[in-house]
Amino acid sequence: MSEYTTTNSNPFVDMSHQVWAWEIPVYLFLGGLVAGMMVISGYFLLTGRWRDPRSACHALPLWSLVLLSLGMLALFLDLEHKLYVWRLYLTFEVTSPMSWGSWILLLVYPALLANLFLTPPERLRDRSPRIADVSSRMQAQTSTVTAIAVVNIGLGILVGIYTGILLSSLGARPLWSSGLLGPLFLVSGVSTAAALVHMLAEVPEERAFSARADIGLLVTELLFIVLFLIGLMNASKVHQEAASLLLGGPFTAVFWVLVVGLGLLVPIVIQSLAVARRIGHTPVAPLLVIAGGLVFRFVMVNAGQLSHWTPT
Amino acid sequence: MTAAGGLPAFAHDALGKSEALGTVATICDVCFWKCGAVAHLRDGKPWKIEGNALDPLSEGRLCPRGTGGVGAHYDANRLKWPLIRKGERGQEQWVRATWEEALQTIADRMSKLKADYGPESMALFTHGLGGSFFKHTMHAYGTPNIAAPSYSQCRGPRDVGFTLTFGEGVSTPERTDIANARCLVLIGSHLGENMHNTQVQEFSHAIERGASIIVVDPRFSVAAGKAKHYLPIKPGTDMALLLAWMNVLVKEELFDKEYVEAYGYGFDAFAAHIAQYTPDWAYPKTGIEPSVIRDTAREMARHRPASLVHPGRHVTWYGDDAQRSRAIALLNALLGSWGRKGGFYYPASVDIPAYRYPDYPTPSRPKADNPGNKYPFADGALTNGIRDATTTGKPYPIKGWMVYATNLLEAMPNREETIRAIQELDLMVVVDVIPSEIAGWADVVLPEAIYLERYDDLHLSWFRQPFVGLRQPVVEPPDDQKPGWWIARELATKLGLERFYPWTHIEDYLRARVESAGLSFDELKKHGVILGPKEPLYFDEGVPAEFYTPSGKIEFYSPQLEAAGFDPVPKFTAHEQPPPGAFRLLYGRSPVHSFSRTQTNPVLSEMENENEVWLNEDIAGRYGLRSGDYVRLKNSEGTTSNPVRVKATQRIRGDCVYMTHGFGHSARGIFPKYKKGASDGQLITKYEVDPLMGGTGMNMTFVTLELEA
Amino acid sequence: MARFGMVIDTAKCVGCMDCVVACKTENDVPDGFCRDWIATEVTGSFPELSMEIRSERCNMCDNPPCVYCCPTGASHVSEYGKLVQITNEKCIGCKACLAACPYGARFTHPDGYADKCTFCEHRLKEGKEPACVSVCPTYCMYFGDLDDPNSEVSRLLESRQSKTLLPEAGTQPRIYFLTDEPK
Repeated sequence: MSEYTTTNSNPFVDMSHQVWAWEIPVYLFLGGLVAGMMVISGYFLLTGRWRDPRSACHALPLWSLVLLSLGMLALFLDLEHKLYVWRLYLTFEVTSPMSWGSWILLLVYPALLANLFLTPPERLRDRSPRIADVSSRMQAQTSTVTAIAVVNIGLGILVGIYTGILLSSLGARPLWSSGLLGPLFLVSGVSTAAALVHMLAEVPEERAFSARADIGLLVTELLFIVLFLIGLMNASKVHQEAASLLLGGPFTAVFWVLVVGLGLLVPIVIQSLAVARRIGHTPVAPLLVIAGGLVFRFVMVNAGQLSHWTPT
Repeated sequence: MTAAGGLPAFAHDALGKSEALGTVATICDVCFWKCGAVAHLRDGKPWKIEGNALDPLSEGRLCPRGTGGVGAHYDANRLKWPLIRKGERGQEQWVRATWEEALQTIADRMSKLKADYGPESMALFTHGLGGSFFKHTMHAYGTPNIAAPSYSQCRGPRDVGFTLTFGEGVSTPERTDIANARCLVLIGSHLGENMHNTQVQEFSHAIERGASIIVVDPRFSVAAGKAKHYLPIKPGTDMALLLAWMNVLVKEELFDKEYVEAYGYGFDAFAAHIAQYTPDWAYPKTGIEPSVIRDTAREMARHRPASLVHPGRHVTWYGDDAQRSRAIALLNALLGSWGRKGGFYYPASVDIPAYRYPDYPTPSRPKADNPGNKYPFADGALTNGIRDATTTGKPYPIKGWMVYATNLLEAMPNREETIRAIQELDLMVVVDVIPSEIAGWADVVLPEAIYLERYDDLHLSWFRQPFVGLRQPVVEPPDDQKPGWWIARELATKLGLERFYPWTHIEDYLRARVESAGLSFDELKKHGVILGPKEPLYFDEGVPAEFYTPSGKIEFYSPQLEAAGFDPVPKFTAHEQPPPGAFRLLYGRSPVHSFSRTQTNPVLSEMENENEVWLNEDIAGRYGLRSGDYVRLKNSEGTTSNPVRVKATQRIRGDCVYMTHGFGHSARGIFPKYKKGASDGQLITKYEVDPLMGGTGMNMTFVTLELEA
Repeated sequence: MARFGMVIDTAKCVGCMDCVVACKTENDVPDGFCRDWIATEVTGSFPELSMEIRSERCNMCDNPPCVYCCPTGASHVSEYGKLVQITNEKCIGCKACLAACPYGARFTHPDGYADKCTFCEHRLKEGKEPACVSVCPTYCMYFGDLDDPNSEVSRLLESRQSKTLLPEAGTQPRIYFLTDEPK
């Protein structure tokens, strides 16, 4: 029998004072999505898909720039001391994944711009002969293509993985204490990107390819989630209590029904059927994957903030 | 703690800073302990308050209320200017008035009262150092009816019980030598939640020194958490435990024989009387096992004479409180702690002559509070006596009240009786700092400047270290508030009593008094405190063992009580217990609040924003209640409280509930705290009057729980 | 240079919140937030109960996760006293440090930066003790240099039994709570 009271009114102890609200899950989602798009775009470049003018290659960089900027806007809105944001770029704090992230994101823009010039969308090519010209010259050099591909894949992986590393470095929130969180966020990001490509793809072969890739990614994501939970359940009491937020606690229904059920399992089934030509390709599955990815970020951020070491 | 040159260290630090910092020494007034404080200013505005290192009461450390005192200056709910009632009393509808209008209104009505009913028809209720000049004006006006609720609603019974035994009361600050006690017994004292600064500091020293602490309380208080022995006594039965303890000490011959032999009177009769009160007898009454009663009695005896059974402070519980306090006095007498180190010391004060005023007029009638000397041992004026006289018109009509700094509707039991009395008045004046409940019933409300904004009379306490302290202003009042001395003086002038105020400004009065004692007023202004010479504290330091009782000795048996028809040695009375399904309502203090006067202090209200009702966790479970749920309390007369938050805890017996006093405000002027939490003052409609001295026992309220829909 | 820490004797603490009030006025802590607080733990069932009351604040950890996670270096360990401090002008208000602290010691100041107990560094530099230590009416709080074996805090840790909060979190806190009876 034990009673604990505290007069502390600070966030994390007083649960009504949430620290990170919608801005962070939205950024995590958009960041993951863009990371995935960069990886897929790089892969498409390396495998020569860029040669087909109808390839999704030509849509991805512009989408990435727009979505990433929206994500960065959400991130900026979250800051409480906005006018000092430039302080991020006066230093590099090697122990801070957020510092890593802020510099990586800075490098991502030129990488995306290079990719945009390499494979601009048709409307842009038509509207601007200069861009068309630059594009042609870049496409002519294999080394340029390869470099842009590798840089996009590399930075995409970094963007996709650093947020998970960031959360997992905050040991005070036991739900996030898992080395798997980084890879899980990366795989989740790439799977949402594959879903988006599936919807954007005009080339049937590309559509099928992205569906197959997505299935593989979703299965991997499911596996990582299971390993993540097993890891927590076999760690200390506070980690077990954290995991129980998703296993019987307040986030159980949202997580298993929306994230795992509708966001992973159902799309796996639908896309498998589509790939096996039992049904036609449908936007339903990719939309569920994308929505599931967004809900997944909300669950992880909110439940994570509830998990704690001190008694309440 | 002092730097070279006698100035406190921080005074040196404050000098030469680049910010406009200043410090002013003064005396805290958030409660009535009157600790010496130093207010720090930043650009002329109060920033923080620290203790005055020279002050013997605080030793340089204030309690949380004193530390949070700056909030009183910034309180947005403060009274700002004089108010004159429009509409009915109690409606809290006011017209703003000038001081001239307000004071003239009061003076005119007081003059009329004097003509129609005589000056004795005016009564003053006052509490605190600031009331000094109001008392002076009222004495000059000619009324004897001046009372403080601290007597019959608080410590009166205690001092009567001790006076009947030792010939002297316990006084304030209590003359308890806690720091040197080897065994400290707290029976109904929640020291640590009750933040009487010096006592808490000494309590800590006693803990540090390994003192054996025995706590008797129906609630597992903070002090209980530090006790070697915790006795979860059934409420209403403390007398049985005290008698049984004395029984053990006498039977096992563990009491201080030489001490009793030398100073006691009537011991044999006393011993014969308490022989019946064995631990086995006490067990079914108190719920405390006989072995525990014996062990704790022996523990006290083991450490005597440094065994202190603390007499408490707010002892108005069941109506036999003077006798219960006498039992505590007798227990201390058996332990030989009175006049001994670790027990009760002999305090002294600095001798500063009173100001030479003309003689007060002699009232033609005695005070009206205790007609026919119904309460023969009352040695202070009874607020409830004046209230009764006001309502009944007997022994003579009371037609005017002035209330200074005491929220009578929260302090006195049965607020309907207070309101009924007020309705008989031709004049009701309240002087306060916040729009309290009592102010809501006034005809004229006068806003006083808070302690940080005013001078008051000299602080001359009786203490182990005699000293004189000065309250002086730190900052100007923000609106049209005035200091009490000015109000009292202006009123006296309007009443034609100027001759009683030969000085114009209080500084003249203070300087005259201080200098007449051979001390420097400028030094007092600078340091806030001047220490007096230390005097002997204990018998073995040379204090004469004189007892101002009829026999000149410690009266174990009291012939004067017998002659008046009361028990010469305390007896056990079984008090009414709550019916099934009801709980006795117990109340106490919060360390961050003072009574009902600090809930709008923004600093302190952030610490505790509303009170909670403590309910035994298992009992709560049966009602389906958990901590954080809200419930209403209903007393046996149907009065229902505001919703109050439940604290379901193991820390309280199942037959009582507990909450801190001061919340549940019903005054609309206290807007942000309006109806926040519950008010025990509202629920306490039943009370038992002590037949010896008129104290009102207020722990006789039984409540049921009304669950919120 | 010193390594400042605190030792708090819970046997004497009465949980009166003087430390909270003093800190609030000394440091202009904004409404609704606190740099220090009182935690109470009660175990047992009535009347066999025991209670521990603690005055808590930032633990000035030797292994401070709030410093590692800061992307701008605003949260840092100072030369002076090896205290964990925040440089307000470097803080962007990302709140990673709030998430990193297992004790709930940090909050966002309404002016935008992260805020917490500073051990009253401004007072230390004037030769005074932190406000909470100076005000405590039970004298239960001790402050000093943990690296000085002759300091009061070191001697207390030597002679009494003590514990820290959440040692299993690996933060190496520098506030110790005495757990045995005095003397």
